[in-house]
Amino acid sequence: MRGQNYCRLNPWARPLLGAVLSGCVILLSGAIYAQNAPQGAPQIVPRVTGNADPMSDPPVPPIPRPITDDRRVMRNYPEQPPVIPHSIDNYQLTLRTNRCLDCHSRQHTEASGAPMISVTHFTDRDGQVLADVTPRRYFCTICHVTQTNVKPLVPNTFQDMLLIRDPKR
Amino acid sequence: MSLSRRDMLKAQAAAVAAAAANIVIPAAAQPVAQGIGTLEIKWSKAPCRFCGTGCGVMVGVKGGKVVATHGDTLAEVNRGLNCIKGYFLSKIMYGGDRLTTPLMRKKNGVYDKNGEFTPVSWDEAFGVMADRLKAVLKAKGPTAVGMFGSGQWTIWEGYAATKLMRAGFRSNNLDPNARHCMASAAFAFMRTFGADEPMGCYDDFEAADAFVLWGSNMAEMHPILWTRLTDRRLSHPHVKVAVLSTFTHRSSDLADIPIVFKPGADLAILNYIANHIITTGRVNKDFVKNHTTFVKGVTDIGYGLRSDHPLEMKAKGTANPAATEPIDFDAYAKFVKDYTLEKVSALTGVERGFLQELAELYADPSRKVMSLWTMGCNQHVRGVWANQLIYNIHLLTGKIAEPGNSPFSLTGQPSACGTAREVGTFAHRLPADMAVANPEHRKHTEEIWHVPHGLIPPKPGYHAVEQDRMLRDGKLNFYWIQVNNNLQAAPNNTQETYPGYRNPDNFIVVSDAYPTVTALAADVILPAAMWVEKEGAYGNAERRTHFWRQLVNAPGEARSDLWQMMEFSKRFTTDEMWPAEILEANPNYRGKTLFDVLFKNGNVDRYAASEIPAEYENQESKAFGFYVQKGLFEEYATFGRGHGHDLGPFDLYHETRGLRWPVVENRETRWRYREGLDPYVKPGRGVEFYGQPDGRAKIIAVPYEPPAESPDKEYDIWLVTGRVLEHWHSGSMTMRVPELFRAFPGAVCFMHAEDARVRGINQGAEIRLASRRGEIRIRVDIRGRNRMPRGVVFVPWFDASELINKTTLDATDPISKQTDFKKCAVKITAV
Repeated sequence: MRGQNYCRLNPWARPLLGAVLSGCVILLSGAIYAQNAPQGAPQIVPRVTGNADPMSDPPVPPIPRPITDDRRVMRNYPEQPPVIPHSIDNYQLTLRTNRCLDCHSRQHTEASGAPMISVTHFTDRDGQVLADVTPRRYFCTICHVTQTNVKPLVPNTFQDMLLIRDPKR
Repeated sequence: MSLSRRDMLKAQAAAVAAAAANIVIPAAAQPVAQGIGTLEIKWSKAPCRFCGTGCGVMVGVKGGKVVATHGDTLAEVNRGLNCIKGYFLSKIMYGGDRLTTPLMRKKNGVYDKNGEFTPVSWDEAFGVMADRLKAVLKAKGPTAVGMFGSGQWTIWEGYAATKLMRAGFRSNNLDPNARHCMASAAFAFMRTFGADEPMGCYDDFEAADAFVLWGSNMAEMHPILWTRLTDRRLSHPHVKVAVLSTFTHRSSDLADIPIVFKPGADLAILNYIANHIITTGRVNKDFVKNHTTFVKGVTDIGYGLRSDHPLEMKAKGTANPAATEPIDFDAYAKFVKDYTLEKVSALTGVERGFLQELAELYADPSRKVMSLWTMGCNQHVRGVWANQLIYNIHLLTGKIAEPGNSPFSLTGQPSACGTAREVGTFAHRLPADMAVANPEHRKHTEEIWHVPHGLIPPKPGYHAVEQDRMLRDGKLNFYWIQVNNNLQAAPNNTQETYPGYRNPDNFIVVSDAYPTVTALAADVILPAAMWVEKEGAYGNAERRTHFWRQLVNAPGEARSDLWQMMEFSKRFTTDEMWPAEILEANPNYRGKTLFDVLFKNGNVDRYAASEIPAEYENQESKAFGFYVQKGLFEEYATFGRGHGHDLGPFDLYHETRGLRWPVVENRETRWRYREGLDPYVKPGRGVEFYGQPDGRAKIIAVPYEPPAESPDKEYDIWLVTGRVLEHWHSGSMTMRVPELFRAFPGAVCFMHAEDARVRGINQGAEIRLASRRGEIRIRVDIRGRNRMPRGVVFVPWFDASELINKTTLDATDPISKQTDFKKCAVKITAV
């Protein structure tokens, strides 16, 4: 059974430490990045820009593991589909069966403790609300993806909407 | 201030999340307290930046930044849905390594092919570029100048490029990356119907009783269309889905009829279905009699390799691979008679029962069938044939050009149709289905452009793969690449593309928003504005033209491709660029810049910049002093109006969620060629394929022919390349979105467990994947989303650190010149 693990929120030390550490990592990677990219020269980050010698044949890091900590991740904006905080390896998602709905459908959330699929998922193409998930939203992985335990290749400077002040105001 | 335990918990959790996202939120933030103004977001419509589906998105802007995006509920294509990439559009412009200044390779303060990238001004970059271009023109003439564009160019960017290249620099060496993805589809449309692009539209999804995927993994590559197909299948149990592929993938998960065939064998399956329709007496005789003709194609047409390749020397039909001769129905029926169930089952490796079920979907007159295909059919050494063979079975049964009966060619890029095909940025094309080789078409184009007759060169230029070969051979020396990452995308880049770019005789310019592997292999990098940093227009796969406004400014010195081309054109005069005899005959064109004659020609500069609503920026119009996009669009639209390619008035597109052409009297056309639905069909005709002079579509007799390279003793396994849901094309945008990167952080080699075991390879192991042309290192996934049959591996190409195209073969369809990225032979060894 999956769900929000309430025990985990109780010892504050762990998330706080995590927050401090991740903050440091972000600042640090930002600093490294800035250092290596003087005067607007293009930064070579092999996995995203290609290798300095594009025809070279460098070793490949191991396939990263999926994050399975079941911890909800803050959305970048309200409309963003939440990412999946657990592994979905070998989940069947076919014409006849949908493993995701075994926990996330309305009728199963009480037993599973998993978040219920959004109310938007009950609306058909014509805006009518149906009794269960609309067939057009049947394949969950079109919008919801798992995450792996890797650091972003380059920082992303996207800013949260609550932190932007409109200069015209 | 006292806080309850619950408040404390909430504040802590918010702080954790905020810290992880690198933002700082005051512990007791209550935004409403500061007034509704601080919460307001300005929402505007735009099409998605990614695939050819053309979903509508709403883009939220606050303080000059895009802060959110979501599916547009008013957009007919997606009605509020987006795929995972679409939902993260808001982050694609904010990768930390955006290019913000022009860069040039320099040594000791001057341009040097072997120098280091150094920031320069636009003036310096354009100065060196113009000098090089003029030197190349003087030494070798216009055929040594080329440009490689994109199905991601906005419509007016592609239009400006075709003007600048053909009428300005007088070179037809202009080709889009759409050559790698759409050329076979476009040639097949022209050959079968005499007019490009589908007759149907996405409304067919809600009307069909069966869907057949011929080489398309829509569940990952066209996810929102997949939601429409899924909706139809799950809502109506009588609906059937057949998925044909060379391996099992996510689309197969919905299939009633899942078919995995041997690479290249689809041609035989298509001819078998035609044979089944004929032998079981289900030909729609009236339709065939009134609306079709039969032809036979030349065979043994080679593989589009370099002409000295043994396969080309051996092939007998290479002189004119596109030639056809008329035949009749009986001759056609006799031709397909060879494709019996037994024979085709053996050739393809598909069980007879599945083949019969599939054939019945088409043969059953009561079932409406939508066929869908993308790269499996197009990236095929017989891609034009494969497309035409699909049309054959729709034409034999009359299942075409009406709701639900629809052979539908999907596109991979947001404006493969709108820009590459409709504007005509291919080496052989002009706007509105016209061709450079046709003197009437050239004359008509010169008239609309207000340039002297005889200016546009008559010989088609180098197509994409030929461009790489000519760069390597030193025959193409000035080369400008815009909105694509061709070093990553092009086949056999070890032997052709990379040596071409680094050839000391050549000067390579790349315009891009990010430092891609292509940009880093260039000599000059120009920083580009992208997506909603400029006013734009795309045309999607269902003939829908849709527009967006500039919503934010590009960072630093980044400028749109449109600005780059128009500003660059000011550096050339007609006296330098045009032949003396043309200027002698037209002395009023003397002493003008290319900007004057191409863009300040009385058409393009006709509309005032003041027409742009004050709430939106428009950097190009600000720079040039007139409404650039409107002027270019209206001049371009004159090509198609009045003969079946009609585009509506410019302003209408800013008010709607796009319109499907032909747009006649402000009304879009959903189904072409059918009386009552298409205003161009003459009354009483019922169905009229008016692209052909006789109004009849062509059913073609062509055989199965084998792929260019098949596995042998040494290179013993098939390699198929493609994409994954989370990344789009070369990943230059999606790899910079942390959530998308973390979802699929690197390319892997999908492989059958037994194939791995016999080579001593475990799940996740590092392997060497080598072909006769090059090799890469990569990790093996035997448990992933793609389930491979024995003898076939799949590698996506989004990963710049694992360039799978080092190994692919530059074999092309000899008719369309589109590369077959789906079939070559490789060997795999543990590292």
